[in-house]
Amino acid sequence: MTDYAELSTREAYGRFLVELGKENSDIVVLDADLSRSTMTKYFAQAFPERFIECGLAEQNMIGIAAGLAASGKIPFVSTFAVFAACRCFDQVRVSVAQPRLNVKIVATHGGITVGEDGASHHAIEDLALYCALPSFTVIVPADAIETIKAVAVAAATEGPFYIRLGRPKFPAIYTDDYRFEIGKAVTLREGQDATIIACGLMVSKALEAAANLAAQGVKCRVLNMSTLKPLDEASILKASAETRGIVVAEEHLLDGGLGSRVAQVVAREKPVPIEFIGLKIYAKSGKPEELLQKHGLTASAIEQAVKAVMSKNP
Amino acid sequence: MSVTELEEKAKQLRRHVVTMIATAGSGHPGGSLSAADIVTCLYFKVMRHDPKNPHWADRDRFILSKGHAAPILYAVLAECGYFSVEELKTLRKLGSRLQGHTDMTLTPGVEMSAGSLGQGLSFGIGVALAGRLDKRDYHVYVMLGDGECDEGQVWEAAMFAPHHKIDNLTAIIDHNGLQLDGSCCEIMSLAPLADKWRAFNWHTIEIDGHDINQILNALKEARETKGRPTVVIARTIKGKGVSFMENNVDFHGKAPTPAEAEEALRELA
Repeated sequence: MTDYAELSTREAYGRFLVELGKENSDIVVLDADLSRSTMTKYFAQAFPERFIECGLAEQNMIGIAAGLAASGKIPFVSTFAVFAACRCFDQVRVSVAQPRLNVKIVATHGGITVGEDGASHHAIEDLALYCALPSFTVIVPADAIETIKAVAVAAATEGPFYIRLGRPKFPAIYTDDYRFEIGKAVTLREGQDATIIACGLMVSKALEAAANLAAQGVKCRVLNMSTLKPLDEASILKASAETRGIVVAEEHLLDGGLGSRVAQVVAREKPVPIEFIGLKIYAKSGKPEELLQKHGLTASAIEQAVKAVMSKNP
Repeated sequence: MSVTELEEKAKQLRRHVVTMIATAGSGHPGGSLSAADIVTCLYFKVMRHDPKNPHWADRDRFILSKGHAAPILYAVLAECGYFSVEELKTLRKLGSRLQGHTDMTLTPGVEMSAGSLGQGLSFGIGVALAGRLDKRDYHVYVMLGDGECDEGQVWEAAMFAPHHKIDNLTAIIDHNGLQLDGSCCEIMSLAPLADKWRAFNWHTIEIDGHDINQILNALKEARETKGRPTVVIARTIKGKGVSFMENNVDFHGKAPTPAEAEEALRELA
């Protein structure tokens, strides 16, 4: 038995794909010369006839996946998030999103924690792009367990999915008995003073911030909003009704990602102060933790933001 | 169907194209008219398909990558009985199943949603691979425009298919020599087009795309070719069949006026 909780999200994905492949012979996997990094290599070894190596040609890969899906297959397409979003956006839009085909795009190396490879490899626009496609479900798992649960649900649910994974190992949030539901935020910590809404790696930072704030007497609610689309509006509105403000934290540009989406709901229904933790500019090369520090994607930045929203709504 | 009957059928499809686009008031007549003979041969002679069962798993597939030629596809689908000829009048109208560019979610018999050029060959490869995995013996035909070959994705797909030895796939290039802004030679040289495909290791056949016998022979040879895909480069005339549209770049994406449509239908009678 694989102990998924100990793995990085991409390693968990790669190993779990093999389990899915055993259960369902319609699952096929496509990769663009990155299987040793996206970890689809395990599937390639287990099911070579159902693994399609596309070479460095992401546009073609998306089209092939669309054709496979139109013919009853369940294609999982993997590459780095920068390429999955930006290199083939028109192919995804016209060949997958508009006909609502059953293509699962699971991108690894999301965000700036790719680290040393630098700006070209930091996917910080991908969530905005995929959230802009009407038929897509967009998920950013917070850890390895949530990754495999989300991948299982995606495989069993008709329609296009974008799932964003990371390069480094994320701190474990969940245990094996976790049940993932599309479009349902998970309340990881209760509190009435303010709400921190996060996705992906930032969920662990949010929990760290909430623990630090609790020691100072501030009680924060923490929501893991792993599904960005469709958004769990009910949980957001409950937070805006029951707490004094909201902080949204994501490893993404401030434009068009989780923060923008949450703000749209809050502004429409029940305005409360919101602060946004995310990227404003392209990052450069550096170690993942160094980059998170430099760009303010930290627990202490979230703590400051919580205090700021509370002070705006005394 | 005999060659004469196929020629007559192609003429009928051309009349539909002119009428549809004139009625809609917009559309792309030139590239529909150039493709008429090939499309006729595919649907009335070559392909295994069943208009009563458009999702039949073993059907041959025709994928129109040059999605702006949707009218010729709608015309042939209607003539085959996928939907009524009457419905052709709804082209491009609000609520119609016949969109300006093809939409596979709406129209019976349409295999792919296209419109952004360069995407159909990749899609066709996916369909062909699914057939191979499922051990079905259907064949996939993808029609591309020549101007469409400006798109880089076409060449990604062109590299992929022979590498993976996909032989249940035939690409057909409607080589009418014109694109929106002018001739292919002026806009972006394709020559030597056949040599390019040969260099990518495709079995390459060059024909006159308005000669029914040449079309049928090429498609037969394509289906019999094993171990690699075939490309049929069909030399055609944009606007074929209507004198004032032939080789006239203005009719790439312009509807005929009512008077022009009348004149065109006279020529196609």
